Amino acid sequence: MSSQSGRVQMQGVQKRYGEVQAVKDLNLTIEAGELVTLLGPSGCGKTTTLRMLAGLEDVSAGKITIGGQDVTLQAATYRNVAMVFQSYALFPHMTVMENVAYGLTVSNLPKRTVQAKAEAGLETVGLAGYGSRYPSELSGGQQQRVAVARAVVLEPEVLLFDEPLSNLDAKLRRHVREEIRQIQQDLGITALYVTHDQEEAMAVSDKIVVMCDGEIAQMGSPLELYTRPSSAFIADFIGDANLLPCRVAGVEGDSVDVEIGAVRVRSRSNQALGKTATLAVHPHNLELVDLGNLNVIPGTVRMAAYLGDHMEYAVECEAGELFVADHRMTHQHQRGDRVGVRVEAENTSVLPS
Amino acid sequence: MKKTALWWLAAGMLSAACLPWFVNEDAQGPLSFLSGLGTEPGASLLIRVAVFSDAALWPIGLCLFALAAVCFSGLSGRRFAVALTSVSAVSLAVLVAYGLTADLPAGLSWGAFGLASSMLFLLTSGISSLRSANGDAFVVGLIGAVIVLVGLFVFFPIAHVMSEAFELPDGSYGVSRFFSLFFAKEVWHLSCLSGGGSCGPAVNSLFLAVCTGLATTMLGLAFALIATRSGFRAKRLLRMLTVLPIITPPFVIGLALILLFGRAGVVTDFAHEWFGFDKTRWVYGFTGVFVAQLLSFTPIAFLVLIGVVEGVSPSMEEASQTMRASRWQTFRHVSLPLMRPGLANAFLLGFIESLADFGNPLVLGGDFGVLSTEIYFAIVGAVSDSARAAVLGIVLLTMTLGAFLLQRWWLGSGSYATVTGKGDSGRHCHMSRGLKLTCYAVALPWAAFTAVVYSMIFFGSIVALWGYDNSFTLAHYTRAFGFDFSDGLSLNGAAWDSYFTTLKIAALAAPLTALVGLATAYLLVRRQFAGKQIFEFGTLLSFAIPGTVVGISYILAFNVPPIELTGTGAILIIAFMFRNMPVGVRGGVAAMSQLDKSLDEASVTLGANSFTTVRRVIAPLLGPAILAALVYSFVRAITSVSAVIFLVSARHNMATSFIVGRVENGEFGIAIAYSAVLIITMLVCIGLLQLIVGQRALYRADRKRKNQLSPQTATT
Ligand SMILES: Nc1ncnc2c1ncn2[C@@H]1O[C@H](COP(=O)(O)OP(=O)(O)OP(=O)(O)O)[C@@H](O)[C@H]1O
Ligand SMILES: [Mg+2]
Repeated sequence: MSSQSGRVQMQGVQKRYGEVQAVKDLNLTIEAGELVTLLGPSGCGKTTTLRMLAGLEDVSAGKITIGGQDVTLQAATYRNVAMVFQSYALFPHMTVMENVAYGLTVSNLPKRTVQAKAEAGLETVGLAGYGSRYPSELSGGQQQRVAVARAVVLEPEVLLFDEPLSNLDAKLRRHVREEIRQIQQDLGITALYVTHDQEEAMAVSDKIVVMCDGEIAQMGSPLELYTRPSSAFIADFIGDANLLPCRVAGVEGDSVDVEIGAVRVRSRSNQALGKTATLAVHPHNLELVDLGNLNVIPGTVRMAAYLGDHMEYAVECEAGELFVADHRMTHQHQRGDRVGVRVEAENTSVLPS
Repeated sequence: MKKTALWWLAAGMLSAACLPWFVNEDAQGPLSFLSGLGTEPGASLLIRVAVFSDAALWPIGLCLFALAAVCFSGLSGRRFAVALTSVSAVSLAVLVAYGLTADLPAGLSWGAFGLASSMLFLLTSGISSLRSANGDAFVVGLIGAVIVLVGLFVFFPIAHVMSEAFELPDGSYGVSRFFSLFFAKEVWHLSCLSGGGSCGPAVNSLFLAVCTGLATTMLGLAFALIATRSGFRAKRLLRMLTVLPIITPPFVIGLALILLFGRAGVVTDFAHEWFGFDKTRWVYGFTGVFVAQLLSFTPIAFLVLIGVVEGVSPSMEEASQTMRASRWQTFRHVSLPLMRPGLANAFLLGFIESLADFGNPLVLGGDFGVLSTEIYFAIVGAVSDSARAAVLGIVLLTMTLGAFLLQRWWLGSGSYATVTGKGDSGRHCHMSRGLKLTCYAVALPWAAFTAVVYSMIFFGSIVALWGYDNSFTLAHYTRAFGFDFSDGLSLNGAAWDSYFTTLKIAALAAPLTALVGLATAYLLVRRQFAGKQIFEFGTLLSFAIPGTVVGISYILAFNVPPIELTGTGAILIIAFMFRNMPVGVRGGVAAMSQLDKSLDEASVTLGANSFTTVRRVIAPLLGPAILAALVYSFVRAITSVSAVIFLVSARHNMATSFIVGRVENGEFGIAIAYSAVLIITMLVCIGLLQLIVGQRALYRADRKRKNQLSPQTATT
């Protein structure tokens, strides 16, 4: 199955619900064939953005183009966009085959074509032979795949997913997200994917767009967002990073020396910094060592948890509480131990406070 | 979009060319209008303009011409939309102005209605494409259609009542006469308080309504508490109570009370013989009407209050109990305050029902005149005084509307919002002992009394002449529903005619009611549009208009051109449609709120337009709700009397007005026998509905089970 993919552009798109400004001035480009994820805390406007692209919601201002064509005023019915819903939204009174064929049938294609395409669609998602069942006779994962099949048989230019996995259990989620990614890449469809789960976002996306309060906080590849967050919010949201208030001691190009109390760390930053800043450190870039070592932050273990392949600690220190993930597990510390925390400087970044 | 416009234009042209413009009294039979087209009374718009040079029609012809010019102009996109919208809006305005101001020789007919619809839908498709080339013509058209229908058949008649009330004897308009009638002493006087006879009908109505509202709420609450918070065994039997008001023809309770407590009643006889009480007519008057209304409306309050009582979150009660409150304290300080808005709602409902009630006061009122019966007597009495009827109607309408507004205000704007199920576990605590005993003491005797009253319907119909000749006989049934096989089947009973008319009219009204109601529900639940709140209010308003007011408003509005409907079956159908529409709306809203909105959205993103979505996704999933709306409006059409009684004609007599005739002649036996037949008819309908809907539910459960058993689904 082939599909003409389209480049999606949203320019200065806004959405107001009365007083509430759900989306403020959004500029977003999705290249043809790319899968872009919208990620962000609850209520930040992800669903609204997706629905505006689908045509289910009017834009209050701005312009949307798909494949170069202005669709801002076009109704959902006429947009070449298909959507996979969180609740699957399979029609309970139709069989799986009728569900998948629905979009083809309502566009008045000849019966034979409809049948053939719908069967091919079910084949794509690995559900050939399930056509005569009703949605209530399928498992959650199967239902989700029917929903995907129903969307892709129309060969849309753009495929939208609104938290497609949130009704599945953790194991299945992993499996289905790989399948979705596979199908999207095989068909080369442009896709916009909304999720709450940053791990899911990292796993499936070409590009992640992190939203906050109706605005884009940062966008980039998963690697960029993880290693070079542009703000404390991103560092916290994407990498669960520890955010340490620090003093800027010296700047040289993009490498920066900062001090946390008596501890000095050489990190990097590509932003203008004042006297004080925030150092973002991922939990696995902190190491618990003996207090006697040089250049360590002293603290007390407040919580220690064994999680099989690693240990997690919460360490109380002067700058606040540090969250440490220890994958080496050379030494197990107990609650109440006095320890030193060493910072691995390479993978940290300094952000404006 | 242009294609849609061309279709509607063609429809309009066709109406203008080949359908009669005016109602033609001479034309009888379905196709006779064709031969009438050549004569002046039966001519179409085109023929009237061309052949009979009817100058008043010129502007409309010009409008049609302008519309055609726009459609074929070659304009496109936004320009076309703007041109179409403005020209069709002007055309519609011209047509309405013609209907309201021109001196019409007869009522308008199909040609005019066809043309008006075509202009309306040209306007809506213009509006829908103002914003974008492929706007939602279906939805805008639906909104337009509902607005026009409600405007025409709810607001227009009410406006007529107003204008009748404000018209002065010399034909001009003014408030002087209205105020003198509105506040007339005979409407409001209070001489009953000073012991001098009876009060004015407005005072009586208000007093009765307050009493009935309070008493039904109390009784309903007692029943609801028993049904939900006691170990009472026969709960299902209690729930059956709620079906009673739906299937009870309006006079039955009154008649049954007469059989019990009238001068020849069983109880009266008994009390006379054993205790020497005088035989009096005490049941005729306030007491009788009040008791009859209690019997009629308690089940409604019960139905409302079950929801309210169940709606109190059990966790709140459990929380209260863990804080060492006793059951009574919990009820008194937690549950009851939480139920307060629901209780107020039940009171207002009872209040409105009592004000609007016509059957019970008619049968039992005696000298105790209330507004609804006074309106009736103002029209059918010795001198028909429509101005007085109009003013009384306005007094009544003011009261019911006041209560309706109060209710809306009390429940907030989102009175529709059903309790959406956040699984709230926990169990309602049982009542304290004292409360439970009180409830039993109030409710159980009342339930027994209800049973006695309803059994009177059976006995009343088979006793020859109640109180005088107590032998059993089927004579009433044979007189009403006799048939004869001597030469083929001939139905020679007196009631067959009205029985079949009733069934026919109700069967025609039911699908139309369901259609308008569900379409409105769809717009309310699924669509956002400007002015939606007003739209919702307008569509629900007809609920608050008492039937008698509907009756007089219809005869005032539709007895004269531009729309002449009195004497036809159509006026009955329309009256039912708009009286029962709120029921369809409520049912539709409840059912549609259960359907996940993403189903519609999925359909739309898959390329279906709104119409296809409604047809292929929403309608099939609403199946049971549609069926329920159908049956319910059918049954309501059978039992309705207050509006009907003004609108029946010799050709279209309805069961209820037939019964009124018998009651007025004192032929109670036949009236009750007829009512019994109606009850059985309706029970059969409801039973069939339950069977069908029930089976659908079974079918679904079956599929679920199959699903669980199937081994394949467990894999993958
Ligand atoms: N129909 C509406 N009317 C008013 N406000 C709305 C409406 N829909 C959304 N909002 C508001 O717009 C904002 C963005 O909502 P949106 O549904 O896009 O959030 P989201 O990012 O998808 O959140 P979640 O992750 O919880 O699904 C929220 O503040 C929400 O309250
Ligand atoms: Mg969302």
